Amino acid sequence: MEIYQKSCEVLRYNKLTDTVHDVWVNAPDIAEKALPGQFVNIMVPGFFLRRPISICEVEKTNIRLVFEERGEGTRVLGGIKPGDNLDVLGPLGNSGFSVDRYSSAILVGGGIGTPPLKFAQQNLEKSAAVLGFRSKANVIMAEEFRNATVCTDDGSFGFHGNTLRPLERLLLERVFDVIMACGPKPMLRAVVALADKYNIPSEISLEERMACGAGACLGCACKTVADSIVSYPRVCKDGPVFDGKAAVLC
Amino acid sequence: MLSTTFLGVKLKNPVIAASGTYGYGREYESLFPLETLGGISVKGTTLMPRSGNKPPRIAETASGMLNSVGLQNPGVDAFIANELPYLKTKDIAVIANISGNSPEEFAELARKLDIDGVDILELNISCPNIREGGKSFGADPVTAAAVTRAVKAASKKPVMVKLTPNVTSISEIAKAVEAAGADALSLINTLTAMRIDIRTKRPILANNTGGLSGPAIFPVAVRMVYEASGAVKIPVCGMGGIATAEDAVEMMMAGAACVQVGAAIFRDAYAPKKIIDGLEKYCLDNGNISEIVGAVKLNERDNEW
Ligand SMILES: Cc1cc2nc3c(=O)[nH]c(=O)nc-3n(C[C@H](O)[C@H](O)[C@H](O)COP(=O)(O)OP(=O)(O)OC[C@H]3O[C@@H](n4cnc5c(N)ncnc54)[C@H](O)[C@@H]3O)c2cc1C
Ligand SMILES: Cc1cc2nc3c(=O)[nH]c(=O)nc-3n(C[C@H](O)[C@H](O)[C@H](O)COP(=O)(O)O)c2cc1C
Ligand code: FES
Repeated sequence: MEIYQKSCEVLRYNKLTDTVHDVWVNAPDIAEKALPGQFVNIMVPGFFLRRPISICEVEKTNIRLVFEERGEGTRVLGGIKPGDNLDVLGPLGNSGFSVDRYSSAILVGGGIGTPPLKFAQQNLEKSAAVLGFRSKANVIMAEEFRNATVCTDDGSFGFHGNTLRPLERLLLERVFDVIMACGPKPMLRAVVALADKYNIPSEISLEERMACGAGACLGCACKTVADSIVSYPRVCKDGPVFDGKAAVLC
Repeated sequence: MLSTTFLGVKLKNPVIAASGTYGYGREYESLFPLETLGGISVKGTTLMPRSGNKPPRIAETASGMLNSVGLQNPGVDAFIANELPYLKTKDIAVIANISGNSPEEFAELARKLDIDGVDILELNISCPNIREGGKSFGADPVTAAAVTRAVKAASKKPVMVKLTPNVTSISEIAKAVEAAGADALSLINTLTAMRIDIRTKRPILANNTGGLSGPAIFPVAVRMVYEASGAVKIPVCGMGGIATAEDAVEMMMAGAACVQVGAAIFRDAYAPKKIIDGLEKYCLDNGNISEIVGAVKLNERDNEW
C-alpha cells in the first residue's frame, strides 16, 4: 500500500452547519490513489495524535474532507482557512467499500458518517441512499446524493424517524446487491440485523481510536468472527470497512 | 560518520525504530526505505499468539499518548515464518523484542530466535510475572536478573535488557541485570499512566491504565539513561520521547550509545529519517557521533552560593 505524508494546501472551505466543516485540500498523490472508504490522518497543531477523517470525494488533484467538531482537536481543525496547510497522511485503509465487486448498493449514513458514502456512490452504477440526522439543523450533503431519502429523528426534515424504516422499504424491493453503511454503532448494529433478515451482504465502516493510522502500532484493533475464526484486525490497515456479518460491534 | 558498532552489530546509524511502533517494518516503506534506519526493534513477540486488550487502547495527552495494546502479536512461530524472512532481505539490524510469563518462557523464546536474521534479543521485562502475582519482572532486581540469566543460558545472541521506568532505583536494576550477564540495556519503556473521561467518570482506556510515551516522558528518560549508564559498564540504548535530532544528541550525551524512536513516528512518520539527517548535520559540525556518548558534564553542586 502506497501512503504519503504531505503538507497540503487548503483550497476551499465551507461550513455545512454550526459544527460541520467542509474543506478541499490539494493532495495530488493521495487523490490519485484514493478509493471509497479510505481515510487520511491529519496533524492538528498543538495535539500529539493525528485525527482520522474519511475521504469524502476526490476531484483531480484534490480531496474533500467533511468533519464535525467533536472535541478539542476537531475544534482547532475547524479554524482552518483557505491558504493554510494541513499535514495529511494517507490514503489509509486497505479495505474500503467494494464498489468494484457490486454494481448496486443501498448507502446508509448516520450523521457525520454520511461523507464517505458520497465517494462510494460516485463509483456505483445503481444506488439509493438513506441518510439520517438528529434534526433539520444537522442535515448535511442531502442534495449531493442521488436517490436519497433523508430522515430526521425529530421529523423536522424529511422522513420522521431513523434510517431503518426507509432502509427496510428499499430492502423489500430486493433490487440492490449490498448495503454500505457508515455511522454510529447502534445504527450499524441495526443495519447489519436488517441485512441479515433480508439475506443481503453488508459492509460497514468502523471507527476506533488510532495512533499511527497506518498499521504499525496495533492501537486500533477490532474483533471479527468469520467461519467461526476469531481475528483482531486493525481498523486502520485491515479496514476501515468490514463485512457486517463478521464485525463484532461491542 | 554516523555508523557505529553496537554489541558487535554494525549499525549504519544509531537510530532504531522502537518496539511496537513500527510493526515489522512494512508499513512506512512507501515513505522512505526501511534500510534508512540503523535498526528495527520489532513488535513484542510472545510464545503463543495474543489478541491484546479490548479497545479503546489509545488515549491522547499533552505531548504524548497512552497505549494499552496488550502485546497483541501472532506468536513467535508466525513471526519467524511470516515476518523474519522479509526483514532478512533488508540491510538493517533486526532486534527481536520478546516477552514471557516466566524466565523459562523467555528462555524458550530465546532458543527459538537463536537463528539467522536476528541480530540482537531485547527482553521486555516490563511484562507481568504471573507467578509473582503480576508484578513486572523489571520492577525487582532479583526477577530481572533471573530472566536475564535464563536467556543468556539459552542463546548465543547478544542480549539487551529493556528496563521499565516504573521503579524507584533504575541503577539498582541496571546493575542486577549487568551482573546476570546482560550485554546491553535499553530504556525506558512506557510509564504507567491513566486518563479519565470526566463526563463518564470512566478511564479512557478499556484496560483502565496504559503506558505513557512521547515527548512528555523525554526528560524522565534522559535522567534514567544518565543514571543507568553511570551504574554499569555495558552499553545503553536510550529511548523515551525522542522526536528530533537534538533530542537524540541529548539522549546520547546522557549516556546512550544508540537511540530508539517510538511514538514520535505517529505524529510525523518521517521523524526517524529527520533525526538521522539532523544527526548527520550535527556530526559535520561536531565530529564523530561516538564522541558525544556520555559527554554530559555535570554542574558542580556547591551548597554555598
Ligand atoms: C477511519 C475513521 C474515519 C473518520 N472519518 C470522519 C469523518 O469523515 N468526519 C468526521 O467528522 N469524523 C470522522 N471520524 C471521527 C474523528 O476521527 C473523531 O471525531 C476525531 O478524532 C475527534 O477528535 P477530537 O480531538 O475532536 O476529540 P477528542 O475526544 O478530544 O479526541 C481525543 C482522542 O480520541 C480520538 N477520538 C475521539 N473520538 C474518536 C472517534 N469517533 N474515532 C476515532 N478516534 C476518536 C481522537 O482522535 C483523539 O486521539 C473518523 C474516524 C475514523 C476512525
Ligand atoms: C503503541 C506502542 C506499543 C508498544 N509496544 C511495545 C512492545 O511490544 N514491547 C516493548 O518492549 N515496548 C513497547 N512499547 C514501548 C516503546 O518501545 C518505547 O519503549 C516507549 O514507547 C518509549 O519511547 P517513545 O516515547 O519514543 O515511544 C510500545 C509503545 C507504544 C507507544
Ligand atoms: S492506528 Fe496504529 S495500527 Fe491502527
